Amino acid sequence: MREARQYRTDPPVASALEILRMMPGGFNGTPPEVYFALGKPFAQNAYDLSQGKRLYSWFGCSSCHGDGRGAAGPSFLDGWWFYGPGIASIAASIRDGRPHGMPAFRDKMTIDQIWQLAGYIQTIGAYSAKMGAPSRNDDKQTRPAENRAPASILFHEGPVAPNPQQGPMP
Amino acid sequence: MQSVLNAQAEPALHLKYLIVGTVVLCAIIWIMVMIVLAWSLLRAYRSPGEAAPETERRMGRVVLSAAAATVFVITGLTIASFYATGSLGRPESAPVTIKVRAQQWWWQFIYDEPDPAKAFQTANELHIPVGTDIRLELEAADVIHSFWVPSLTGKRDLIPGRRNVLILRADRPGIYRGQCAEFCGLQHSHMALFVIAEDNASFDRWAADQRSEARTPSDGEAVAGKAVFMAKPCAACHSIRGTEASGTTGPDLTHIASRQTIAAGLLDNTRGALAAWIADPQTLKPGNNMPMVPLSSNELRQITAYMDSLR
Repeated sequence: MREARQYRTDPPVASALEILRMMPGGFNGTPPEVYFALGKPFAQNAYDLSQGKRLYSWFGCSSCHGDGRGAAGPSFLDGWWFYGPGIASIAASIRDGRPHGMPAFRDKMTIDQIWQLAGYIQTIGAYSAKMGAPSRNDDKQTRPAENRAPASILFHEGPVAPNPQQGPMP
Repeated sequence: MQSVLNAQAEPALHLKYLIVGTVVLCAIIWIMVMIVLAWSLLRAYRSPGEAAPETERRMGRVVLSAAAATVFVITGLTIASFYATGSLGRPESAPVTIKVRAQQWWWQFIYDEPDPAKAFQTANELHIPVGTDIRLELEAADVIHSFWVPSLTGKRDLIPGRRNVLILRADRPGIYRGQCAEFCGLQHSHMALFVIAEDNASFDRWAADQRSEARTPSDGEAVAGKAVFMAKPCAACHSIRGTEASGTTGPDLTHIASRQTIAAGLLDNTRGALAAWIADPQTLKPGNNMPMVPLSSNELRQITAYMDSLR
């Protein structure tokens, strides 16, 4: 199925996408209403996910997070999320930065790019496979494909105790 | 303006002779066939129902000679085509090497020098000295593109992960329009380039200008525009040498106002077109990689003034 591509985010939608309702302390949160009204495009739409993949390399995410396995920064593949696996939390991490070295990309990307990148990063570390996925790289593969729920292949979800600082799921 | 028949350099001339020769030859053959057809129809119309026994043998001779002529013509055209296209990529040592990187949907031209301080890059406008062999190293960043300046030479593909070489030479000064010749996505038709061939003195002057760092704006509006450019996402993708903007994914804007067009030949480089492009690139060229950055009308005017000052 060929999905709709949205090249131009309308300014009102873009400003609505800025509204991230976060739990106290910046853990987990709820995406803005407009995200649900659009049909959760950034989590599912293959075009948005591949734009996110492109942004991942363009903005040098791999210099700290590697190919998703982590290096200086945390790994995405182990399914362990310091700030919860919700997409709003990932978008907030990119937009506002996090302590211990994650810079804020608020002034480096537009808000829809931040959402695209967040959708892609969520896909890398997903425990359950998504229907949409970006295309694979031409060069050597170093980890399972994005649509294979890599975290569930590589790691067991339980019985790891939840991070005491992590808030409840939205 | 951009035509295979307007050949201005040797390889393009060879290709022009090849195509004109093929068309003329095929036209002659077609006319001959039509004459024979008309003649035989007329003859059959005048004397219906007769088939002379000795025409059988004569027909055999005619078919044999037609088949021989076909083989001869096709062989001749094949050899001519080998000669004409074989001259395109002679791997000679050329005095000037320029790296061409094709991206969806614009051309990046990198003038590398042994001294990295002298290297510079430009977008969609390839300046070359007249009468010199230029070695173009062709690369692609995303999908397969094809470099084609019909007045100067034949086309050559740019393939991700591979480096192709094309020798380009212009014997007369002028502006030659080129075009991506391999379908590379939504905006394939908006991926034009200009080859500007000029004499050595003006080329050296141009290169010296390009090598210099961006001018510091003096006008108040442009100064404010520079601050907006650095604070907004613009600086993450574009670089302007001499400032902190050092992004590598978009075209280098160090001397953008010196170019004739923006967005790979889509718009003339005027202040109004710049403003329209910055305000909403996705409506002008849907699918390109420049996002629509939210700007107030004041910020838009300031950034446009800054772009206009980057001569």
